[in-house]
Amino acid sequence: MSATTERHVGQPLRRKEDPRLITGKARYIDDIALPGTLWAAFVRSPEAHARIVSIDAGAARARPGVHAVYTGADMADIGGPLPLAWAPPGVQVNNPPHWPLARASVKHVGDPVAVVIGDDRYAVVDAAEDVVVEYDPLPVVTDPEQALAGAPFVHPELGTNQVHQWTLAGGELEAGFAEAEVTIERRVVNHRIAGAPIEPRGVLADYRAGTITLYSSTQVPHFVRLFVALLLGTSEEKVRVIAPEVGGGFGSKLQIYGEEIVACWASRRLGRPVKWVETRSENMAVTHQGRDQIATVRMGARRDGKITAYHVQIVADLGAYNMLLTPLIPSLGAFVMGGCYRIPAVRTDITGVFTNKCPTDAIRGAGRPEATHMIEVMMDQMARELGIDRLELRRRNFIPKEDFPAAVATGVVYDSGDYHASLDKLLEHVDLDAFRQEQARLREQGVHRGIGFSTYTEICGLAPSRITGPAGVGVGAGLWESALVRVHNTGAVTVYTGTSPHGQGLETAFAQIVADRLGVDPSVVEVIHGDTGTGPEGRGTYGSRSLANGGEAIVKATDKVVAKAAKIVAAELEAAPEDIVVRDGKFSVKGSPDKGMTLAEIAGVAYIGAVPEGMEPGLEETTFNDPENFVFPFGAHACIVDVDVATGKVDVVRYVAVDDCGNPVNPLLIAGQIHGGIAYGIGQALYEHVVYDDDGQLVTGSFVNYALPTAAELPSFELDHTVTPSPVNALGVKGVGEAGTIAATPAVTNAVVDALEPLGVHYINMPLTPMRVWRAIEEAQAR
Amino acid sequence: MSNRVTVTLTVNGSEHEIEVEPRRLLVHALRDDLGLTGTHVGCDTSSCGACTVHLDGLAVKSCTILAAQAEGAQITTIEGLGGEHSLHPLQEAFWNEHGLQCGYCTPGMIMAAAALLEENPHPSEAEVRRALDGNLCRCTGYHNIVRAVQSAAQAQAPVAS
Amino acid sequence: MITAEFEYERPGSVAEAVGALAAADGDAKLLAGGHSLIPLMKLRLAAPGRLIDISRVPGLSAIERDGERWRIGALCTHTQLSRAGVGLLSEVAATIADPQVRNRGTIGGSLAHGDPASDLPAALLALEGSIVAQGPGGERTIPAADFFSDYLETALGPAEMIREVLVPAADGYGFGYQKFNRRAEDWALVAVAAAIRVQDGTCADVRIALTNMGPTPLRAGAAEAALRGAPASAEAIRAAAGQAAEGTDPPADLDADAAYKRHLAAVLCERALRAAAGIA
Repeated sequence: MSATTERHVGQPLRRKEDPRLITGKARYIDDIALPGTLWAAFVRSPEAHARIVSIDAGAARARPGVHAVYTGADMADIGGPLPLAWAPPGVQVNNPPHWPLARASVKHVGDPVAVVIGDDRYAVVDAAEDVVVEYDPLPVVTDPEQALAGAPFVHPELGTNQVHQWTLAGGELEAGFAEAEVTIERRVVNHRIAGAPIEPRGVLADYRAGTITLYSSTQVPHFVRLFVALLLGTSEEKVRVIAPEVGGGFGSKLQIYGEEIVACWASRRLGRPVKWVETRSENMAVTHQGRDQIATVRMGARRDGKITAYHVQIVADLGAYNMLLTPLIPSLGAFVMGGCYRIPAVRTDITGVFTNKCPTDAIRGAGRPEATHMIEVMMDQMARELGIDRLELRRRNFIPKEDFPAAVATGVVYDSGDYHASLDKLLEHVDLDAFRQEQARLREQGVHRGIGFSTYTEICGLAPSRITGPAGVGVGAGLWESALVRVHNTGAVTVYTGTSPHGQGLETAFAQIVADRLGVDPSVVEVIHGDTGTGPEGRGTYGSRSLANGGEAIVKATDKVVAKAAKIVAAELEAAPEDIVVRDGKFSVKGSPDKGMTLAEIAGVAYIGAVPEGMEPGLEETTFNDPENFVFPFGAHACIVDVDVATGKVDVVRYVAVDDCGNPVNPLLIAGQIHGGIAYGIGQALYEHVVYDDDGQLVTGSFVNYALPTAAELPSFELDHTVTPSPVNALGVKGVGEAGTIAATPAVTNAVVDALEPLGVHYINMPLTPMRVWRAIEEAQAR
Repeated sequence: MSNRVTVTLTVNGSEHEIEVEPRRLLVHALRDDLGLTGTHVGCDTSSCGACTVHLDGLAVKSCTILAAQAEGAQITTIEGLGGEHSLHPLQEAFWNEHGLQCGYCTPGMIMAAAALLEENPHPSEAEVRRALDGNLCRCTGYHNIVRAVQSAAQAQAPVAS
Repeated sequence: MITAEFEYERPGSVAEAVGALAAADGDAKLLAGGHSLIPLMKLRLAAPGRLIDISRVPGLSAIERDGERWRIGALCTHTQLSRAGVGLLSEVAATIADPQVRNRGTIGGSLAHGDPASDLPAALLALEGSIVAQGPGGERTIPAADFFSDYLETALGPAEMIREVLVPAADGYGFGYQKFNRRAEDWALVAVAAAIRVQDGTCADVRIALTNMGPTPLRAGAAEAALRGAPASAEAIRAAAGQAAEGTDPPADLDADAAYKRHLAAVLCERALRAAAGIA
């Protein structure tokens, strides 16, 4: 058994996951083959809104190799529609049924109306083309503000397109605006984007003699198990959900999708495994999308720069249905609506709206990118209005580090922070005076260069059950996390986590944490995840929760193992348990480093059963960690852009980010998350936009016109960090999976405005496509 | 229609004869007929590059080539580039530089990068970025991918000093 | 996505290919690199009953200088062309899509597809090249100006195939290609190909063609006329480029409406002309 003396936490260990991934040996959903598997292909609506008049599957059924064609009517026996897991106390949420296969009508392009099941992955596509569906088109609404005004209705039986209204307010708003000497208002758009993991979704359902095994490319296997059991009228022990290697999620796989239910149902009906792998075209049309908020934002301030009031009224386009958390998502932003500033009165009013578009739900950042975009764009706007430098305005309003833990107007308590420090550090990398000189010089040459900043905090580590559970904001589940740590006979360790990583590198990070505590090498710590058939109940990976919440669970479980091991060692070595320390790969007696036992020796005792009287044999422990608070990572980003003012094209030439996610567990992984997060934010700001036309047709239906940035569009990123440990967990960590995305869009937007100020462009909304930027310049010049 | 074509492919040095529909895409022949699932599919439009393999020494998108078109060709997939105990310098570099997260784009990315280094053993950062513009990654922001390609270039053929 | 079913054959010669096309009576498509056709078939926007795979037909892959012109085989890939030193065409070929696509896509396929957003058609039009097509009745040479007839339509008959492309060497011309897209791998929103022959400080000849400004690639006649005979100066170029979009009626795309495209045409035209005239 290898043992180690060095500390692994904090080290840039290369990942345990990678050998299988770099050699093509990983097993993603489409790499799993079961004997006798049938393929499924869905027949999807080409209409954005229509009544289904008839479905003729005769020709499809007659095709060789086709086993069945099912419609919504065939699935009348399922236990209910797809779930919405948000029931906020005291808030009415309109929630019309959303069936895995449409019943009487379709509400957006891509809504599934039938499924064809057959022998061959190619032949089922042919057969699906042969299913003839007659539609009676109904009026379509795609603009959320129009949708709020009245008919046509997405769900006519409701007589409204409003989903819900929700408010979070703290402080005296009217008094705050009354105190303000300057009030500004902007319409801030956070446009609709796609999650777009490079691996689309996929499912393989295998029903055998009463039990269902479902392989699904999901972030939340335990939630999927629960709802498969409920909707199929079985119980959870009869359902095993396995998330195999998952090729990215970004929130889009935090969902209970109809295809998961249909595949399980059809497998049970046919007695054969049923597999479906999403095409990219389907992914763009039916995998939930994100953002899509139009906000009216008012900010009031005194002339000295003190912000006195902040009011955000959001119209959130939720698409055609509520999915798992759809209407909750904008609310997640409300908690940090005031950003990293001491604002005495902050109010967020959210109105959710149905439109004939794909539903929205959590996409990387989920509400916080929108909130951060608003406050950070508004800070620049206010600075201009007040004639105060925009960084100075931020500094005057930062919550000072002495105030932490800091209760803010929105009612949450920021755990820790030092916003001045991150901005100071950023400015060590960005010489503003030199930049201004360069900017002026370049302008003389016709190059319009600009710099934008974003100082942010966000709320993650989902989540304290008391706050997000049913009695809090109304999610129908506490969002604790579990861990089981098992030491084997040989001293090797298996860790079962309820999180479900899909690229984050948690197999490595968790192994580092456990290795240090048990005095072993990370190479002998195996991390098992994404399988409801192993380990305790879990909650999955999203909301930058896996380390702060799941990692803390592992800490607690490991510490229980350590405590038990110490008792065994104490008994064996005739010492007191409190005198046992883990050092140099051994559990030894304090002061007598030569007297000790390796973990393998301890496990040997534990499994032979020669444990002290009253102690159970074995060496494994389980924990459920329910965090006492969220964690609030923060930082300061700067983006430098060049704008080709003749064409409107924006080029990011430099991006500098200083982030603070508490104590680092693996700096390599942190940097990777931030790089990817920044690219995600730049993607939204400059390139990506899900577009529907007025008829509800999806214009951006593929990667040809849904423009993910490539390597050629992005610069290398310059990263630095500060370390402000979180007091919320023993590791002192905060989540980092979304921080880059949350910070990036306002930095880019503010940079573009900075570049264009001399041309009279003082404000612009995303996406900053060339045509939009060019038009903004034209309009400003015409004024 | 039951027309089939016989296709002979040499994949990672082994010759295979398969009988397939003419419409069978090369990527499905590799994955489903030959069991080489390291080559992935991420789109329908030849955009994402996850399916990149080498065909007669050139990087190509195997989702946009019929298996029948590859008759007689020499094909290298990620599995043939290097294995667990014989990592190609690019595989090693992607590991060392944390050039991957979810790993789904990685085989295609590595194959595209391998073709680049064949042609241009010491690419600049801009050249690497431009050469990988047919491969989408959603996790890494490309930062560490670019580092990995440059570090593999160093490892493969150090510049004479 | 999966294509519809089709029959497949692989002729060994141009004559066999043309014979197969004729026999299929309009229900066949030629398959070369497949990078225009297969994506359409996968999305089921095209479903020919038969594919005639000409990618193995010998003798169609050479690029040769033949006196005052280049002869480019229909199966030359964009990668091959980009490295062959064929002036403007090589410069243009290097901008097409991404390396993998350039390794498969062919000049013949690109031209036969007739997509006005493709790069090579405008370049060929600017250079006044021509297309040698072979059909059941023999061979004919079609000037580029007559080749692109409408959106995704060409002058090729139902049983004709492109054998080679003839391009004037245009020695003494300077070239410029300005392609505007959102990402390097994207199709052009608008692109402008320009060639100028400068003699004694004057633009003796000017050729300008536009990508994606109409249903076919277009010559920018007004801009050409404005610059022809004018001094090869930045001012003259700017004035001429202002007329680049004259007479065009570009269709609106997702990322560019007609007005923006017309504006882009002028901007890109100026840049392409400056490059062609060697003005930094």
